[in-house]
Amino acid sequence: MATGTAAWLPFARAAAIGWMPVASCPMPLAPRDNSKKKDELIMLNVSGRRFQTWRTTLDRYPDTLLGSSEKDFFYNEEAKEYFFDRDPDVFRSILNFYRTGKLHYPRQECISAYDEELTFFGIIPEIIGDCCYEEYKDRKRENLERLQDDQEDNKDMKLPNMTIRETMWRAFENPHTSTMALVFYYVTGFFIAISVITNVVETVPCGATPHHKNMPCGERYTVAFFCMDTACVMIFTVEYLLRLFAAPSRYRFMRSVMSIIDVVAILPYYIGLVMSNNEDVSGAFVTLRVFRVFRIFKFSRHSQGLRILGYTLKSCASELGFLLFSLTMAIIIFATVMFYAEKGSSSSKFTSIPASFWYTIVTMTTLGYGDMVPKTIAGKIFGSICSLSGVLVIALPVPVIVSNFSRIYHQNQRADKRRAQKKTRQARIRIAKSGSANAFLASKHHGLLNELLELTGTEEDEQKLIRNTSLLESQHHHLLHCLEKTTVGGLKHPMLAQASLAHEFVDEHMFEQNCLEEALQSYPSRSPSVSSQGSCTICCCGSRSTSRNTALHIQSSQLAVHPSSRSNLNLRAEDGSRVNCKGGQVTTAIISLPSPPSLAPHREGRHHPHHPTTTTIRPSHRGEHPRSPRASRPPQAPHPPASSRCPPSDRSLSVDRNF
Amino acid sequence: MLSVIWETEGLQTVGIVLLVFASIKLLHMLGLISFSEDSIEDELELSTVRHRPEGLEQLEAQTRFSRKELQILYRGFKNECPSGVVNEDTFKEIYAQFFPQGDASTYAHFLFNAFDTDHNGSLSFEDFVMGLSILLRGTVQEKLNWAFNLYDINKDGYITKEEMLDIMKAIYDMMGKCTYPVLKEETPRQHVEVFFQKMDKNKDGVVTIDEFIDCCQNDENIMRSMHIFENVL
Repeated sequence: MATGTAAWLPFARAAAIGWMPVASCPMPLAPRDNSKKKDELIMLNVSGRRFQTWRTTLDRYPDTLLGSSEKDFFYNEEAKEYFFDRDPDVFRSILNFYRTGKLHYPRQECISAYDEELTFFGIIPEIIGDCCYEEYKDRKRENLERLQDDQEDNKDMKLPNMTIRETMWRAFENPHTSTMALVFYYVTGFFIAISVITNVVETVPCGATPHHKNMPCGERYTVAFFCMDTACVMIFTVEYLLRLFAAPSRYRFMRSVMSIIDVVAILPYYIGLVMSNNEDVSGAFVTLRVFRVFRIFKFSRHSQGLRILGYTLKSCASELGFLLFSLTMAIIIFATVMFYAEKGSSSSKFTSIPASFWYTIVTMTTLGYGDMVPKTIAGKIFGSICSLSGVLVIALPVPVIVSNFSRIYHQNQRADKRRAQKKTRQARIRIAKSGSANAFLASKHHGLLNELLELTGTEEDEQKLIRNTSLLESQHHHLLHCLEKTTVGGLKHPMLAQASLAHEFVDEHMFEQNCLEEALQSYPSRSPSVSSQGSCTICCCGSRSTSRNTALHIQSSQLAVHPSSRSNLNLRAEDGSRVNCKGGQVTTAIISLPSPPSLAPHREGRHHPHHPTTTTIRPSHRGEHPRSPRASRPPQAPHPPASSRCPPSDRSLSVDRNF
Repeated sequence: MLSVIWETEGLQTVGIVLLVFASIKLLHMLGLISFSEDSIEDELELSTVRHRPEGLEQLEAQTRFSRKELQILYRGFKNECPSGVVNEDTFKEIYAQFFPQGDASTYAHFLFNAFDTDHNGSLSFEDFVMGLSILLRGTVQEKLNWAFNLYDINKDGYITKEEMLDIMKAIYDMMGKCTYPVLKEETPRQHVEVFFQKMDKNKDGVVTIDEFIDCCQNDENIMRSMHIFENVL
């Protein structure tokens, strides 16, 4: 119930005494109000700004956070107040809702921030008052469009296993996805242009031949034009059929505007072929050729601006209708007036009211051909009034159409801008994210350093290490470390005793390199688990396409040392990919990476460009043959920054001692 | 030749134009057509009517509410009507919110008249609080008096059958259409008959205040129901 009713309920109940004498049966008992506590002031502390209100004010809406007992979770015993760690500016509107019963949307707030606050406090946005509701809905729609635009770009990415049909359809819809599509796009565009130019040139008088007068080119070089026309129509037909074949929903495609235009553009040709040189129908056939001009509309697939124009006209249909209607009214009025004014004068061109329509239209649109002019004075007066009012009537709906067009156009521009900025934006976000992942590796590496230092015992270094990581970071690192440790030989396999299998986080670089190595080699498929094989390819190739914020990519690798399956070791990571580890030779290497992204990893012999990106887990084994010059044996301290060595000829994996 | 044509035509044109303008002016003077939609009177309505109630002590003396209760009442009243007075439309709106299924406007109209003791078309806080004082803290006599006042629409001291029928219809309207058992057309009328049979002792077709109070005091149900709203505030 709204605010007012809560306050006036006692009044309504009291007024019910008026029914008592009329009633013939006894009344039910009134509910007792046992909680007779006095109305008290409640203090709400929102991020330091204190709000106070009566308890009954908040109790008006018992299904929200503040009105129910949910707020007890936020009660601060020492200060005897309710503390909320939220935005105090938005809280103002929310509290005002309780006070006045109307929820307002402050225009300077971001729409998603406001929505979040509403959700937090348990208020549905639909009760926003009429004064602010349109603005709210408009901003929400804009935001949604923005998100949709971002999602739409993902569809450019190629999904694996697309059928030919789907590939073709994608090629048709987004020409920039593949070279073939681009070629097709330009070829069709070229032929549309050719076709239109042909149609135009056909009618130009070409020059006199000996036996004929000046005739249009079309009749002079009939064969050439016919061949050109045939070629164009064939291309268009092929294109239409291909589109029809590739369309996901053929019925819907056939009903769409573009397909109708396609059909209308090529139909006259076929009808012309079918019809013989029958004298009666050839007249109709000539008229049909007019429809060939519709080919120019096929350009709208190629031009964004045309599409925007069409969309604008569609959305301004009511304004255009109004314009037309008012013009018609004005034309009829003025035509009548002019006719009667000019009736008296002799040899006047205004022979009837419909004849005067032409004069009125020409005058109102300020064309003024001058083929019909009024001669009487009354006619001239009314004629001038007509031209003045014409200017006004036409100027009125035009700004509405213009503003509509401008809005849609700018929306489009915004989308393009966003897409252009997206790449750099996402690159920066990736860098920031990988900073945290790299920090873990650095701390781990520092942890090893720590162990070593305990042997050598320099206290200052230890202090330095402890200081560098905050509590949150260290807890996070501990969590990741636990995960690493978890993957040490979950199953009691006899072969496992030989090597301790532990996975650890590595840089995506190394992961990709290993992927490449794996792909180049052939490995016997021994894994009993079916999914693992598939997962290998997905992991290798899909790593790029999966979202970048998962830190774990499990790579399947081979271990020749243990032919029987390590494959039982299925690791369930956050993205659910599985690992299948088999035996393999191991080399020694150190996985240690620079912690801050600014530090470029020093890699010798590495050709990859520097991408500080997400890290991956790789299975690692204790090294049997130290390969790299920087072998890591426990007593040796790894040098930061050290690169891992993966000689391409070997199935190399990272090595480290993880127990 | 040409000048002759122009003369006749010119005179004709001028004549027509003058005629048209004169007729428009005449109609405007007669007030049959107006050129601007808004008249000046509308602009005066924009000035808000404000009303401040008497002091808290006076109200405390005049009613049977304590200071605290008056404060709570006034806060609720002022919150809903910031200008300090309730006019009939607002009153109907507020009252209608309590009875969503039916149409409470007729009854609200009668109620408004019952509360608006000085009959100035708007309900101020004093009227509001006086009425409530009678209803919630008054003696049974006062309450019955108030009820009689409510039923007596033209305030002539007698309740006629027509008045009662109006009230009854208004009450039944508040119920709305979806009732069980379904309300029929003659239900209010029958109810009025029952009421008059009970109340009208001398069968003269009207109920006076004494008949009313007497009869109600003898009816146990009514007496008991008078007290159920005592603890509203």
